[in-house]
Amino acid sequence: MWNYTDKVYEHFKNPRNVGEIPNPDAVGEVGSLSCGDALKLTLRIDKATDKITEAKFQTFGCASAIASSSVLTEMIIGLTLDEAAKITNQQIADALGGLPGKKMHCSVMGMEALEAAIANYRGGKAGKRVVTGAERIVCKCFGVTEAVILKAIKVNGLRTVEQVADFTKAGGGCGQCKGEIEKILKDYWSNADNKKFADMTVVEKIKVIEKVLAEKVNPLLKKDGGWIELVDVAGQTVKLRFLGMCSGCSSSAITLKTVVEKELKENIDPSIEVEQA
Amino acid sequence: MDKRIYYFDNNATSRVAEEVAAAMEPFFHGLYANPSSMHFFGGSLQVYLDTARQQVADLIGAKPEEIIFTSCGTESDSTAIYSALRSQPEKKHFITTQVEHPAVLSLSKSLEKQGYRVTLLPVDTEGRINLEDLKNAITSDTALVSMMWANNETGVVFPVEEAARIAHSRGVLFHTDAVQAAGKVPINLAESKIDMLSISGHKLHAPKGIGVLYVRKGIPFKPFLIGGHQEEGRRAGTENVPYIVGLGKAAELAKKHLDIENVKVRALRDRLEAGLAAAIPNTKINGKGAERLPNTLSICFEYIEGESILLMLSEKGICASSGSACTSGSLEPSHVLRAMKVPQTYAHGSIRLSLSIYNTEEEVEYVIKEFPAIVERLRAISPFADGKPLFGAEPQHKD
Repeated sequence: MWNYTDKVYEHFKNPRNVGEIPNPDAVGEVGSLSCGDALKLTLRIDKATDKITEAKFQTFGCASAIASSSVLTEMIIGLTLDEAAKITNQQIADALGGLPGKKMHCSVMGMEALEAAIANYRGGKAGKRVVTGAERIVCKCFGVTEAVILKAIKVNGLRTVEQVADFTKAGGGCGQCKGEIEKILKDYWSNADNKKFADMTVVEKIKVIEKVLAEKVNPLLKKDGGWIELVDVAGQTVKLRFLGMCSGCSSSAITLKTVVEKELKENIDPSIEVEQA
Repeated sequence: MDKRIYYFDNNATSRVAEEVAAAMEPFFHGLYANPSSMHFFGGSLQVYLDTARQQVADLIGAKPEEIIFTSCGTESDSTAIYSALRSQPEKKHFITTQVEHPAVLSLSKSLEKQGYRVTLLPVDTEGRINLEDLKNAITSDTALVSMMWANNETGVVFPVEEAARIAHSRGVLFHTDAVQAAGKVPINLAESKIDMLSISGHKLHAPKGIGVLYVRKGIPFKPFLIGGHQEEGRRAGTENVPYIVGLGKAAELAKKHLDIENVKVRALRDRLEAGLAAAIPNTKINGKGAERLPNTLSICFEYIEGESILLMLSEKGICASSGSACTSGSLEPSHVLRAMKVPQTYAHGSIRLSLSIYNTEEEVEYVIKEFPAIVERLRAISPFADGKPLFGAEPQHKD
C-alpha cells in the first residue's frame, strides 16, 4: 500500500469543490486518458480585484491525484491571480502533508492545470496546455515537454532520471527518452546558475551573487542614490556592505532583508542568509 | 483488525487453511530436528517429508522423486529456466510470453543482457496464445519454452500441454509456471510432455515461503542453489520441514477441493461477474472469450482509475487488486492488459477479484451491492465520464 498521509485520504474521501463551473472565466486542462490521469480546473474570477472567487475540479486518476486537485482548489480560492500563479507543486504536496515520491507528478498536474487556467484567463488562449513547436515534446508516451521537465528540475532540485519520471512521468513509459532526459539534467546542473548554493565553489558563489546584485538589487538601490557590495561568503551566509546614500540609512536593515535577501533567495537559493558587514 | 474482511485477492495470496496450520503446528514445538541428522530424532522426520512429497506429487500426477521443494514460486521459475539454459550451453534462445509473471518476465530481460535471445509470444485481445506463433518461434538454437499455465491477472488458461508437445517434437525443453493453476485446474503430468512446473504454496492455502519445482525424471538438471545434498542434491539448504508438511497438507486438500473450485467457486465468480456487469454501465470483462480459471475475474471500468477504486473498496472492507499504473508505482497500466490491447479508456480502471473456496454467496452479494456506488462516485469526479467531452491530445504509444 502507498504510504499516504491522513490528509491525502481525507481529501480523497471527501473531495472539496468537485464539478465544473458553468460558463467559467478560466479553464485549465492537463493530462489525458492515456496518461492515466487528467485534471480539468474551472475558475470564477472577480474582474475588479483579480481574485479567484470559485474553483472547481474534475479529476481522473488515483487517490493522490484527486487529493492534489481538491487541496489545490482550497488553496487558491480567495487568492489574486498573481498570488495563485506563484503556487508550486511542492506547496500542493506540502498542503497534503507530503506525497510519496512516485506520486509527485500528481502535484505537478495541479500546478500545470492552474498555470493553464491563468494563461487561459489572461491570454484568452484555450485552457489546454498547448504544445506548440517551441515546446518540444521529450517524452512521447506522456506528451511531456522540455519546458515542463526543466521547471520540475528547477523547482524540486531533481537530480536523476528516475526523479524526473516521478515528478513529470517523462521517461516512465517506453523509456526511449531516458538518454535525452539525462542530457537535460546534465546540461541543467552543469550550468553554475542552477547549482544548489551549498554545492557551489566559492568562486561560483561570488559570481552568481555579483550577478544578482548587478542585475536585480543595485538598479533598485541606485534610484535612492546608493548601492551594495559583496564583502564575504561563508557557507550559506552572504556578507554585504551598503554604500553611497544607503550607507548609514536608517532603513538599510529593512532593505537588506526585504530587497537584498529576497532577491538572492529567489534567484539563487532559498537557504541563503544575508548579513551586514 | 476489527473491520470485517471481504477477501477477494486470492491470486495475490490465500488464507492458510486451518488443517494446514494444524498439520504444521507440531514442527514448531516438539519436532524441530534436522532431517539430515544422524540420530533417531532427525531420522524420525524423514517420513513427514516423504508424505508431503507424495501429497504434492498426487496433486499434479507426478512421481515423488520428481518433486523438489523450494522457497517460493519465483525460486522454482529461476531454477527451472537457469537449469535448462546451463545444461544446454550451446543453445542461446529462450521463448516465453508477453504476459508472464515478473518472476519469468524480469528474468527474461536479465537473460537478454547476458547475451541470450528472447522471444516473447504475443496474445490476442482475449489474452489467448496462438500456438502457430510458438511453432514459428522455435529454432535449432532454442533451449527452453516457458509458458504460464494460467495468467495471474486475467485467469486466462494457456494450452500448455499442446505447447509442450510442440516444444518436445522440436527437441526443446518446456517449463510452465503453474502458480495460479495448481489446485484450480486438473493437472496430470504423467500424461503430458511438460518437463518442469512451478508451484507456490501460498496461492493454495499453505503459508508463504514454500514452493515446488517439478522436474521430469530423466531430463538434464542443474541446481540453482549450490551447497548441501538436500533434495537429492537438486536444491541445497536445510529442508523447511514445517512448511513442507504444510504444503503437503494443502496439496492434499487442493486435490480434494478441485470439484468445489470448479463448481462452487466458478458459480460464485460467474455470479459476481454478471452482477457487476449488470449493475454498472461501461465495464469490460478481460479474457471473457477465453478459457479462464474458475476463481478469477478481471474487470475494467471505463473513465476511472484502478487505485481510486481499490481504496474505496478497501473502505468497505473489500480486498481486491488492480493492474492500474498507479497501484504499482509504474506509470503504465499492467503489461498483461497492454499486451491484450485493452483500450486506453478502460486500461487504467482494471480491478481483479479473485476468489477461493472460502468465499461465500453473502460476500459476493455484498460486493455486488457496494460496488456500483463507488464507480458512480468516481465517475462523478472524472472529467471524462459519460457524455462529457474528452479533452487532451492522446499521445500515441509505441506499442
